[in-house]
Amino acid sequence: MDFLQPTTWDDALALRAERPDALPIAGGTDVMVEINFDRRRPGALLDLGRVAELREWAPADGRVRLGAGVPYARVIAELAEQLPGLAMASRTVGSPQIRIRGTVGGNLGSASPAGDAHPPLLAAGAVVEVESAARGTRQIPVAEFYTGVKRNALEADELIAAVLIAPAAGPQQFSKIGTRNAMVIAVSAFACALHPDRQAVGTGIGSAAPTPRRAPDAETFLAGELDAAGLWETRGSLPETLARAFGERVAAAASPIDDVRGSAAYRLHSLSVMARRTIMWAWAQYQHDREAA
Amino acid sequence: MRVTTTVNGTEREVDDVWPGESLLYVLRERMGLPGSKNACEQGECGSCTVYLDGEPVCSCLVAAGQAIGREVTTVEGLADGGSLHPVQQAFVECGAVQCGFCTPGLVVAAHDLLERVPSPSDLEIREALAGNLCRCTGYEKILDAVRLAADRQAQA
Repeated sequence: MDFLQPTTWDDALALRAERPDALPIAGGTDVMVEINFDRRRPGALLDLGRVAELREWAPADGRVRLGAGVPYARVIAELAEQLPGLAMASRTVGSPQIRIRGTVGGNLGSASPAGDAHPPLLAAGAVVEVESAARGTRQIPVAEFYTGVKRNALEADELIAAVLIAPAAGPQQFSKIGTRNAMVIAVSAFACALHPDRQAVGTGIGSAAPTPRRAPDAETFLAGELDAAGLWETRGSLPETLARAFGERVAAAASPIDDVRGSAAYRLHSLSVMARRTIMWAWAQYQHDREAA
Repeated sequence: MRVTTTVNGTEREVDDVWPGESLLYVLRERMGLPGSKNACEQGECGSCTVYLDGEPVCSCLVAAGQAIGREVTTVEGLADGGSLHPVQQAFVECGAVQCGFCTPGLVVAAHDLLERVPSPSDLEIREALAGNLCRCTGYEKILDAVRLAADRQAQA
Protein backbone atom coordinates (compact mmCIF):
# COMPACT_ATOMS: atom_id res chain seq x y z
CA MET A 1 0.00 0.00 0.00
CA ASP A 2 1.26 3.45 -0.91
CA PHE A 3 0.65 6.63 1.02
CA LEU A 4 0.00 9.59 -1.25
CA GLN A 5 0.10 12.97 0.40
CA PRO A 6 -0.56 15.91 -1.93
CA THR A 7 -0.33 19.40 -0.50
CA THR A 8 -2.27 21.18 -3.25
CA TRP A 9 -5.68 20.53 -4.78
CA ASP A 10 -4.20 20.22 -8.27
CA ASP A 11 -1.78 17.56 -7.09
CA ALA A 12 -4.59 15.75 -5.34
CA LEU A 13 -6.64 15.64 -8.56
CA ALA A 14 -3.61 14.46 -10.57
CA LEU A 15 -2.96 11.65 -8.08
CA ARG A 16 -6.64 10.69 -8.05
CA ALA A 17 -6.51 10.32 -11.85
CA GLU A 18 -3.25 8.36 -11.82
CA ARG A 19 -4.28 6.00 -9.05
CA PRO A 20 -7.82 4.71 -9.40
CA ASP A 21 -6.88 2.14 -6.76
CA ALA A 22 -6.30 4.85 -4.16
CA LEU A 23 -8.80 5.38 -1.36
CA PRO A 24 -9.16 9.04 -0.35
CA ILE A 25 -8.83 9.64 3.40
CA ALA A 26 -9.72 12.86 5.21
CA GLY A 27 -10.36 12.63 8.96
CA GLY A 28 -10.00 8.85 8.86
CA THR A 29 -13.03 8.21 11.05
CA ASP A 30 -14.56 5.85 8.46
CA VAL A 31 -11.55 4.82 6.38
CA MET A 32 -9.29 3.78 9.26
CA VAL A 33 -12.02 1.56 10.71
CA GLU A 34 -12.11 -0.32 7.40
CA ILE A 35 -8.32 -0.59 7.36
CA ASN A 36 -8.01 -1.57 11.02
CA PHE A 37 -10.54 -4.36 10.58
CA ASP A 38 -9.07 -5.69 7.35
CA ARG A 39 -12.25 -4.87 5.44
CA ARG A 40 -10.37 -2.91 2.80
CA ARG A 41 -6.89 -3.05 1.39
CA PRO A 42 -6.67 -0.28 -1.22
CA GLY A 43 -3.56 0.04 -3.35
CA ALA A 44 -2.95 3.42 -1.79
CA LEU A 45 -4.30 5.91 0.70
CA LEU A 46 -4.75 9.37 -0.77
CA ASP A 47 -4.46 11.66 2.25
CA LEU A 48 -6.36 14.90 1.66
CA GLY A 49 -5.51 16.29 5.09
CA ARG A 50 -2.69 18.51 3.81
CA VAL A 51 -4.71 20.19 1.07
CA ALA A 52 -5.33 23.59 2.63
CA GLU A 53 -8.04 24.59 0.12
CA LEU A 54 -10.28 21.78 1.38
CA ARG A 55 -10.21 23.07 4.93
CA GLU A 56 -11.71 26.47 4.12
CA TRP A 57 -15.25 27.77 3.85
CA ALA A 58 -16.36 31.05 2.32
CA PRO A 59 -19.46 32.80 0.99
CA ALA A 60 -19.84 32.19 -2.76
CA ASP A 61 -22.68 33.56 -4.93
CA GLY A 62 -25.09 33.84 -2.04
CA ARG A 63 -24.25 30.40 -0.71
CA VAL A 64 -21.75 28.97 1.72
CA ARG A 65 -19.05 27.01 -0.06
CA LEU A 66 -18.00 24.49 2.56
CA GLY A 67 -14.68 22.86 1.74
CA ALA A 68 -14.89 19.07 1.86
CA GLY A 69 -12.23 18.91 4.58
CA VAL A 70 -13.84 21.21 7.13
CA PRO A 71 -14.38 19.09 10.26
CA TYR A 72 -17.68 18.93 12.15
CA ALA A 73 -16.19 20.77 15.13
CA ARG A 74 -15.67 23.82 12.93
CA VAL A 75 -19.13 23.60 11.36
CA ILE A 76 -20.49 23.75 14.91
CA ALA A 77 -18.21 26.59 16.03
CA GLU A 78 -18.27 28.73 12.88
CA LEU A 79 -21.44 28.02 10.89
CA ALA A 80 -24.25 27.47 13.42
CA GLU A 81 -25.97 30.73 12.38
CA GLN A 82 -25.81 30.23 8.64
CA LEU A 83 -26.25 26.48 8.49
CA PRO A 84 -28.26 25.65 11.63
CA GLY A 85 -29.52 22.26 10.42
CA LEU A 86 -26.06 21.02 9.49
CA ALA A 87 -24.61 22.39 12.74
CA MET A 88 -27.34 20.64 14.73
CA ALA A 89 -26.61 17.32 13.02
CA SER A 90 -22.87 17.87 13.44
CA ARG A 91 -23.31 18.12 17.21
CA THR A 92 -24.68 14.57 17.22
CA VAL A 93 -21.75 13.06 15.34
CA GLY A 94 -19.76 10.52 17.39
CA SER A 95 -17.83 12.20 20.17
CA PRO A 96 -15.62 15.29 20.58
CA GLN A 97 -12.66 13.30 19.21
CA ILE A 98 -14.63 12.24 16.14
CA ARG A 99 -16.05 15.71 15.47
CA ILE A 100 -12.53 17.16 15.48
CA ARG A 101 -11.44 14.78 12.72
CA GLY A 102 -14.56 13.83 10.75
CA THR A 103 -15.60 15.97 7.79
CA VAL A 104 -18.75 16.63 5.79
CA GLY A 105 -16.83 15.70 2.63
CA GLY A 106 -15.93 12.39 4.21
CA ASN A 107 -19.56 11.74 5.08
CA LEU A 108 -20.44 12.28 1.40
CA GLY A 109 -17.55 10.11 0.25
CA SER A 110 -18.61 7.22 2.49
CA ALA A 111 -22.27 7.81 1.52
CA SER A 112 -23.54 5.64 4.35
CA PRO A 113 -27.33 5.87 4.61
CA ALA A 114 -26.74 6.61 8.31
CA GLY A 115 -24.38 9.56 7.81
CA ASP A 116 -25.52 12.42 10.02
CA ALA A 117 -24.77 15.23 7.56
CA HIS A 118 -27.03 13.90 4.82
CA PRO A 119 -30.53 14.78 6.13
CA PRO A 120 -29.78 18.49 6.71
CA LEU A 121 -27.97 18.74 3.36
CA LEU A 122 -31.04 17.26 1.65
CA ALA A 123 -33.43 19.56 3.53
CA ALA A 124 -31.36 22.59 2.58
CA GLY A 125 -31.10 21.58 -1.08
CA ALA A 126 -27.30 21.48 -1.00
CA VAL A 127 -25.17 20.93 -4.08
CA VAL A 128 -22.00 18.83 -4.14
CA GLU A 129 -19.09 20.25 -6.12
CA VAL A 130 -16.83 17.54 -7.51
CA GLU A 131 -13.77 17.90 -9.70
CA SER A 132 -11.44 15.90 -11.90
CA ALA A 133 -8.17 16.92 -13.52
CA ALA A 134 -9.49 15.96 -16.96
CA ARG A 135 -12.96 17.51 -16.98
CA GLY A 136 -12.91 20.21 -14.33
CA THR A 137 -15.76 20.75 -11.90
CA ARG A 138 -19.38 19.69 -11.99
CA GLN A 139 -22.18 20.33 -9.55
CA ILE A 140 -24.46 17.55 -8.37
CA PRO A 141 -27.63 18.22 -6.33
CA VAL A 142 -27.11 16.28 -3.13
CA ALA A 143 -30.33 14.29 -3.66
CA GLU A 144 -28.77 12.87 -6.84
CA PHE A 145 -25.38 12.31 -5.23
CA TYR A 146 -26.36 9.16 -3.32
CA THR A 147 -26.73 6.28 -5.74
CA GLY A 148 -26.88 3.21 -3.47
CA VAL A 149 -25.80 1.82 -0.12
CA LYS A 150 -22.39 3.45 0.44
CA ARG A 151 -22.31 4.47 -3.22
CA ASN A 152 -22.21 7.93 -4.70
CA ALA A 153 -22.10 9.68 -8.06
CA LEU A 154 -18.31 10.23 -8.08
CA GLU A 155 -16.42 9.06 -11.16
CA ALA A 156 -13.20 7.15 -10.56
CA ASP A 157 -11.03 10.20 -11.22
CA GLU A 158 -13.10 12.68 -9.23
CA LEU A 159 -12.76 14.09 -5.73
CA ILE A 160 -15.28 16.02 -3.66
CA ALA A 161 -14.18 19.66 -3.51
CA ALA A 162 -16.94 21.33 -1.54
CA VAL A 163 -20.60 21.48 -0.65
CA LEU A 164 -22.64 24.54 -1.62
CA ILE A 165 -25.38 25.35 0.86
CA ALA A 166 -27.69 28.35 0.95
CA PRO A 167 -27.65 30.12 4.31
CA ALA A 168 -30.87 29.36 6.16
CA ALA A 169 -33.74 31.66 5.17
CA GLY A 170 -35.90 30.13 7.90
CA PRO A 171 -35.79 27.67 10.78
CA GLN A 172 -34.14 24.27 10.38
CA GLN A 173 -34.36 21.25 12.65
CA PHE A 174 -32.71 17.85 13.02
CA SER A 175 -33.60 14.80 15.04
CA LYS A 176 -31.91 11.44 15.42
CA ILE A 177 -32.83 8.23 17.21
CA GLY A 178 -30.18 6.15 18.93
CA THR A 179 -29.60 4.11 22.04
CA ARG A 180 -27.66 6.81 23.86
CA ASN A 181 -26.68 10.41 23.39
CA ALA A 182 -23.07 10.00 22.23
CA MET A 183 -21.33 7.64 19.82
CA VAL A 184 -24.55 6.70 18.11
CA ILE A 185 -25.05 5.54 14.57
CA ALA A 186 -28.56 6.71 13.77
CA VAL A 187 -31.35 4.15 13.93
CA SER A 188 -33.26 6.75 11.99
CA ALA A 189 -32.83 10.48 11.48
CA PHE A 190 -34.78 13.36 10.03
CA ALA A 191 -34.11 16.96 9.09
CA CYS A 192 -36.52 19.64 7.97
CA ALA A 193 -36.10 23.21 6.76
CA LEU A 194 -38.61 25.99 6.24
CA HIS A 195 -37.82 28.16 3.22
CA PRO A 196 -40.17 31.13 3.68
CA ASP A 197 -38.36 33.03 0.91
CA ARG A 198 -39.82 30.62 -1.66
CA GLN A 199 -42.63 29.25 0.52
CA ALA A 200 -41.15 25.77 0.39
CA VAL A 201 -40.40 22.97 2.85
CA GLY A 202 -37.26 20.83 2.76
CA THR A 203 -36.84 17.33 4.17
CA GLY A 204 -34.11 14.74 4.60
CA ILE A 205 -34.42 11.16 5.82
CA GLY A 206 -31.48 9.19 7.21
CA SER A 207 -30.99 5.49 8.01
CA ALA A 208 -34.37 4.48 6.62
CA ALA A 209 -33.68 3.64 2.97
CA PRO A 210 -30.73 2.37 0.89
CA THR A 211 -29.66 5.99 0.53
CA PRO A 212 -30.41 9.22 2.35
CA ARG A 213 -33.45 10.69 0.60
CA ARG A 214 -35.99 13.49 0.61
CA ALA A 215 -39.71 13.08 1.18
CA PRO A 216 -40.96 15.08 -1.83
CA ASP A 217 -44.67 14.37 -1.30
CA ALA A 218 -44.47 15.54 2.29
CA GLU A 219 -42.68 18.71 1.17
CA THR A 220 -45.23 19.71 -1.47
CA PHE A 221 -48.15 18.66 0.71
CA LEU A 222 -47.12 20.84 3.65
CA ALA A 223 -46.01 23.81 1.55
CA GLY A 224 -49.35 23.67 -0.27
CA GLU A 225 -51.40 23.48 2.92
CA LEU A 226 -49.45 26.34 4.49
CA ASP A 227 -50.04 28.38 1.36
CA ALA A 228 -53.77 27.53 1.20
CA ALA A 229 -54.25 28.59 4.81
CA GLY A 230 -52.18 31.74 4.37
CA LEU A 231 -49.90 30.63 7.18
CA TRP A 232 -46.64 31.71 5.56
CA GLU A 233 -47.90 35.31 5.87
CA THR A 234 -49.92 35.19 9.09
CA ARG A 235 -47.52 32.88 10.90
CA GLY A 236 -50.52 31.48 12.72
CA SER A 237 -50.36 28.18 14.60
CA LEU A 238 -49.51 25.04 12.70
CA PRO A 239 -52.44 22.66 13.23
CA GLU A 240 -51.34 19.44 14.95
CA THR A 241 -53.35 17.44 12.40
CA LEU A 242 -51.27 18.99 9.63
CA ALA A 243 -48.00 18.17 11.37
CA ARG A 244 -49.23 14.62 11.89
CA ALA A 245 -50.19 14.23 8.22
CA PHE A 246 -46.75 15.59 7.30
CA GLY A 247 -45.15 12.96 9.53
CA GLU A 248 -47.16 10.19 7.89
CA ARG A 249 -46.06 11.33 4.45
CA VAL A 250 -42.42 11.44 5.56
CA ALA A 251 -42.65 7.86 6.81
CA ALA A 252 -44.31 6.84 3.53
CA ALA A 253 -41.25 8.11 1.65
CA ALA A 254 -38.90 5.75 3.52
CA SER A 255 -38.12 2.12 2.74
CA PRO A 256 -36.24 0.85 5.76
CA ILE A 257 -34.96 -2.61 6.59
CA ASP A 258 -34.75 -4.65 9.78
CA ASP A 259 -31.18 -4.73 11.05
CA VAL A 260 -29.15 -4.88 14.25
CA ARG A 261 -29.90 -1.26 15.11
CA GLY A 262 -33.66 -1.41 14.72
CA SER A 263 -36.65 -2.84 12.92
CA ALA A 264 -38.20 -1.40 9.79
CA ALA A 265 -41.45 -0.84 11.67
CA TYR A 266 -39.68 1.10 14.41
CA ARG A 267 -37.87 3.21 11.84
CA LEU A 268 -41.13 4.12 10.11
CA HIS A 269 -42.84 4.97 13.37
CA SER A 270 -39.91 6.99 14.70
CA LEU A 271 -39.66 8.91 11.42
CA SER A 272 -43.30 9.96 11.55
CA VAL A 273 -42.83 11.10 15.15
CA MET A 274 -39.58 12.97 14.44
CA ALA A 275 -41.08 14.65 11.37
CA ARG A 276 -44.14 15.78 13.32
CA ARG A 277 -42.06 17.09 16.23
CA THR A 278 -39.36 18.81 14.22
CA ILE A 279 -41.85 20.60 11.97
CA MET A 280 -43.71 21.83 15.06
CA TRP A 281 -40.42 23.08 16.53
CA ALA A 282 -39.46 24.75 13.28
CA TRP A 283 -42.87 26.38 12.96
CA ALA A 284 -42.78 27.67 16.55
CA GLN A 285 -39.41 29.19 15.77
CA TYR A 286 -40.86 30.79 12.61
CA GLN A 287 -43.63 32.34 14.72
CA HIS A 288 -41.12 33.51 17.30
CA ASP A 289 -38.90 35.03 14.62
CA ARG A 290 -41.75 37.35 13.64
CA GLU A 291 -42.17 38.51 17.22
CA ALA A 292 -38.45 39.15 17.42
CA ALA A 293 -38.40 41.06 14.14
CA MET B 1 7.52 4.49 4.82
CA ARG B 2 9.42 6.75 7.18
CA VAL B 3 7.42 8.61 9.82
CA THR B 4 9.00 11.59 11.54
CA THR B 5 6.90 13.28 14.15
CA THR B 6 7.33 15.18 17.38
CA VAL B 7 6.10 13.13 20.32
CA ASN B 8 5.97 14.65 23.78
CA GLY B 9 8.36 17.37 22.69
CA THR B 10 10.98 15.07 21.14
CA GLU B 11 11.38 14.42 17.44
CA ARG B 12 10.99 10.74 16.70
CA GLU B 13 11.73 8.90 13.51
CA VAL B 14 10.64 5.38 12.64
CA ASP B 15 11.18 3.43 9.42
CA ASP B 16 9.36 0.64 7.62
CA VAL B 17 5.95 1.85 8.68
CA TRP B 18 3.16 0.21 6.68
CA PRO B 19 0.99 3.02 5.26
CA GLY B 20 -2.19 1.47 6.65
CA GLU B 21 -0.84 1.58 10.20
CA SER B 22 -2.53 3.83 12.70
CA LEU B 23 -0.76 6.45 14.76
CA LEU B 24 -1.75 4.34 17.77
CA TYR B 25 0.17 1.35 16.44
CA VAL B 26 3.23 3.49 15.71
CA LEU B 27 3.16 4.96 19.21
CA ARG B 28 2.73 1.65 20.99
CA GLU B 29 4.61 -0.84 18.88
CA ARG B 30 7.31 1.23 17.21
CA MET B 31 8.04 4.00 19.69
CA GLY B 32 7.55 2.03 22.90
CA LEU B 33 4.84 4.31 24.27
CA PRO B 34 2.14 1.91 25.49
CA GLY B 35 0.24 4.50 27.54
CA SER B 36 -2.35 5.02 24.82
CA LYS B 37 -4.50 1.90 24.87
CA ASN B 38 -5.69 -0.19 21.96
CA ALA B 39 -9.24 -1.37 22.58
CA CYS B 40 -11.91 -0.91 19.93
CA GLU B 41 -9.85 0.31 16.94
CA GLN B 42 -12.93 2.09 15.62
CA GLY B 43 -13.07 5.36 17.52
CA GLU B 44 -15.82 4.20 19.85
CA CYS B 45 -13.98 3.92 23.15
CA GLY B 46 -11.52 6.82 23.35
CA SER B 47 -8.85 4.72 25.11
CA CYS B 48 -6.29 5.77 22.50
CA THR B 49 -6.95 9.53 22.83
CA VAL B 50 -3.85 11.67 22.23
CA TYR B 51 -3.31 15.27 21.26
CA LEU B 52 -2.54 15.85 17.59
CA ASP B 53 -1.42 19.43 17.04
CA GLY B 54 -3.17 20.33 20.29
CA GLU B 55 -6.49 18.63 19.57
CA PRO B 56 -7.70 15.42 21.23
CA VAL B 57 -8.18 12.68 18.65
CA CYS B 58 -8.54 8.90 18.56
CA SER B 59 -5.05 7.85 17.49
CA CYS B 60 -6.44 4.57 16.14
CA LEU B 61 -8.20 6.59 13.41
CA VAL B 62 -5.19 8.67 12.39
CA ALA B 63 -3.14 7.09 9.61
CA ALA B 64 0.54 7.06 10.54
CA GLY B 65 1.42 9.27 7.57
CA GLN B 66 -1.10 11.87 8.67
CA ALA B 67 1.04 12.46 11.76
CA ILE B 68 4.24 13.20 9.81
CA GLY B 69 5.59 16.59 10.84
CA ARG B 70 2.85 17.02 13.45
CA GLU B 71 3.05 17.38 17.21
CA VAL B 72 1.72 14.49 19.23
CA THR B 73 1.26 14.50 22.99
CA THR B 74 0.40 11.22 24.67
CA VAL B 75 -0.59 10.51 28.25
CA GLU B 76 3.12 9.89 28.91
CA GLY B 77 3.76 13.54 28.10
CA LEU B 78 1.39 15.06 30.67
CA ALA B 79 3.36 14.53 33.87
CA ASP B 80 6.14 16.96 34.72
CA GLY B 81 9.08 14.65 35.36
CA GLY B 82 8.31 12.61 38.46
CA SER B 83 5.26 14.57 39.55
CA LEU B 84 1.86 13.74 38.20
CA HIS B 85 -0.22 16.29 36.37
CA PRO B 86 -3.04 17.62 38.62
CA VAL B 87 -5.60 15.72 36.52
CA GLN B 88 -3.66 12.48 37.03
CA GLN B 89 -3.25 13.21 40.74
CA ALA B 90 -6.99 13.79 41.06
CA PHE B 91 -7.73 10.44 39.34
CA VAL B 92 -5.45 8.71 41.86
CA GLU B 93 -6.95 10.43 44.89
CA CYS B 94 -10.57 9.95 43.83
CA GLY B 95 -10.15 6.29 42.97
CA ALA B 96 -11.16 7.10 39.41
CA VAL B 97 -9.32 4.00 38.25
CA GLN B 98 -10.68 0.49 38.30
CA CYS B 99 -9.14 -1.83 35.72
CA GLY B 100 -7.28 1.19 34.35
CA PHE B 101 -7.65 0.48 30.69
CA CYS B 102 -9.73 3.53 29.86
CA THR B 103 -7.78 5.80 32.21
CA PRO B 104 -5.11 7.17 29.83
CA GLY B 105 -7.73 8.26 27.31
CA LEU B 106 -9.93 9.77 30.00
CA VAL B 107 -6.97 11.62 31.50
CA VAL B 108 -6.14 13.18 28.12
CA ALA B 109 -9.80 14.05 27.45
CA ALA B 110 -10.19 15.57 30.93
CA HIS B 111 -6.90 17.44 30.53
CA ASP B 112 -8.17 18.93 27.28
CA LEU B 113 -11.49 19.93 28.87
CA LEU B 114 -9.82 21.77 31.73
CA GLU B 115 -7.47 23.57 29.34
CA ARG B 116 -10.50 24.91 27.44
CA VAL B 117 -13.08 25.20 30.24
CA PRO B 118 -11.44 25.82 33.61
CA SER B 119 -14.64 25.40 35.66
CA PRO B 120 -16.85 23.01 33.71
CA SER B 121 -20.42 22.20 34.68
CA ASP B 122 -21.36 18.54 35.12
CA LEU B 123 -23.03 18.65 31.73
CA GLU B 124 -19.86 19.97 30.13
CA ILE B 125 -17.81 17.23 31.81
CA ARG B 126 -20.20 14.55 30.59
CA GLU B 127 -20.18 15.94 27.06
CA ALA B 128 -16.38 16.24 26.97
CA LEU B 129 -15.94 12.65 28.17
CA ALA B 130 -18.74 11.23 26.00
CA GLY B 131 -16.22 9.64 23.64
CA ASN B 132 -14.47 7.69 26.39
CA LEU B 133 -15.96 4.45 27.60
CA CYS B 134 -15.25 2.87 31.00
CA ARG B 135 -16.45 -0.71 30.87
CA CYS B 136 -16.07 -0.99 34.65
CA THR B 137 -18.67 1.83 34.67
CA GLY B 138 -16.66 3.84 37.16
CA TYR B 139 -17.99 7.14 35.91
CA GLU B 140 -18.98 8.68 39.27
CA LYS B 141 -15.39 8.64 40.54
CA ILE B 142 -14.16 9.92 37.19
CA LEU B 143 -16.54 12.88 37.45
CA ASP B 144 -15.32 13.43 41.03
CA ALA B 145 -11.74 13.50 39.77
CA VAL B 146 -12.45 16.06 37.08
CA ARG B 147 -14.30 18.26 39.58
CA LEU B 148 -11.39 17.98 42.04
CA ALA B 149 -8.82 18.83 39.37
CA ALA B 150 -10.93 21.82 38.30
CA ASP B 151 -11.25 23.06 41.91
CA ARG B 152 -7.51 22.80 42.48
CA GLN B 153 -6.83 24.53 39.20
CA ALA B 154 -9.12 27.38 40.26
CA GLN B 155 -7.31 27.76 43.58
CA ALA B 156 -3.82 27.61 42.13
